[in-house]
Amino acid sequence: MRITVRVNDREYRLDVEPRRILADVLREDCGLTGTHLGCEHGVCGACTVLVDGAAVRSCLMLAVQCDGGAVRTVEGLAGRDGEPHPLQRAFSAEHALQCGFCTPGFLMAAAGALEADPAVGEDPERVAALAGSGICRCTGYEPIRRAITRAAREWPRPAT
Amino acid sequence: MKPAAFDYVAPRTVREAVEALGAGRDAHVLAGGQSLILEMRLRRARPEVVVDINRVPGLGRLSVDGGTLRVGALVRHDAFEAAGAVPGPLGTLFSLAVVTIAHPPIRSRGTMVGSLAWGHPASEWCAVAVAMDAVLELRGSGGAREVAAGGFFHGPFQTARRPDELVTAVRFPLPGADTGAGFAEHRRTHFCFAQVAVAATLTVRGGLVAEARIGLVNAADRPVRARAAERALLGAEVVLPPAGHRLPGGHPFARAGEIAATADAAPVAEPYAGVDYKRHAVAVLVGRALRQAAEDQRSRAAVHRGGHR
Repeated sequence: MRITVRVNDREYRLDVEPRRILADVLREDCGLTGTHLGCEHGVCGACTVLVDGAAVRSCLMLAVQCDGGAVRTVEGLAGRDGEPHPLQRAFSAEHALQCGFCTPGFLMAAAGALEADPAVGEDPERVAALAGSGICRCTGYEPIRRAITRAAREWPRPAT
Repeated sequence: MKPAAFDYVAPRTVREAVEALGAGRDAHVLAGGQSLILEMRLRRARPEVVVDINRVPGLGRLSVDGGTLRVGALVRHDAFEAAGAVPGPLGTLFSLAVVTIAHPPIRSRGTMVGSLAWGHPASEWCAVAVAMDAVLELRGSGGAREVAAGGFFHGPFQTARRPDELVTAVRFPLPGADTGAGFAEHRRTHFCFAQVAVAATLTVRGGLVAEARIGLVNAADRPVRARAAERALLGAEVVLPPAGHRLPGGHPFARAGEIAATADAAPVAEPYAGVDYKRHAVAVLVGRALRQAAEDQRSRAAVHRGGHR
């Protein structure tokens, strides 16, 4: 089936079988291997990406469902000049990763939530829900919570 | 594993969707897909046709008409996270229940109607639907019909939906301001399904329970109303128990919990949760949900009085 998907502001015209999972198409057809696959059951969260602005598990979506839609992966976070995204700076500053396997998923889950509502960072319960939405075997989650809170503080606010 | 091969159709109208479902092949509806795609990956589900309803306009509508809330088949779980998304005590009940469903990235895709149609034995929305007398709207090749939530669930993953039918929406009566809502569930870890979950509302008039509603999931082979416990609460004086997790033995909420556990629940044993354990969990969680409902009712009444001074 022929589909057109915008991934990180670049248009991809792909021919995919309906049974192909979004995560696999991003990695194998688009060459964007920053999206990691852990459990492939929707549990671990490593594969989280943004689809039309909402954070979703890319292991539990079919690529054909994204026909005409927009996907953002961890490769689309940094600025055009390579400048790290506020979340990436915060994860580095707070040591919110060690092996880094789960990090793309946490970054995208947090990016989706903060882009929808930067006030998420002021609510410890919602930050905890984000930090608890994936599995990290290195950090113990506390640095991830701190990083999300820090990024929210440095989040670019619209000029008033 | 990867899903087995299937044909994919993305209808643009409810009618086209129903036609695709009734074409005589083994068809599955894809709404949020958070259960279906997992089952397809595990190859426990191997549909010949997947009918993706995400491009049918209008199914994502959430509306209030008079005293009734209508939730379309594509309204995602996360629509209910904001306290004001649904008015009154029903909104409170939804916002308490929704945060116990999986994780934010699952809640942004999964749908309430999909959970009801899937009929997972531990689904939080099923507890809410049976407690609140929800009505499901179905459309099939023979036309439209409605099924009350109380008669919709026939067993684990078994419902009154016929293979050619699409559940297009679910309706809930909106309770008044004299009602409070509570929700309690127990699970082993954050990543587990509920071992038992309880949705409860209490309607209080003149300090006495005028109506109690209690829905249980994973406490029987299907979602159940705790009718015996509800009857025992009628007319009881609402005295908030002292702070702390344990209710005093003779408290009406503790008694209702015991009755729900023995008379209403018919637990099915699971790994890590035998029948006795589940009955105990039902007793404790019903008590907690009722306490939360009573507190919610009290604070709602206080705001209500304050607003009219």
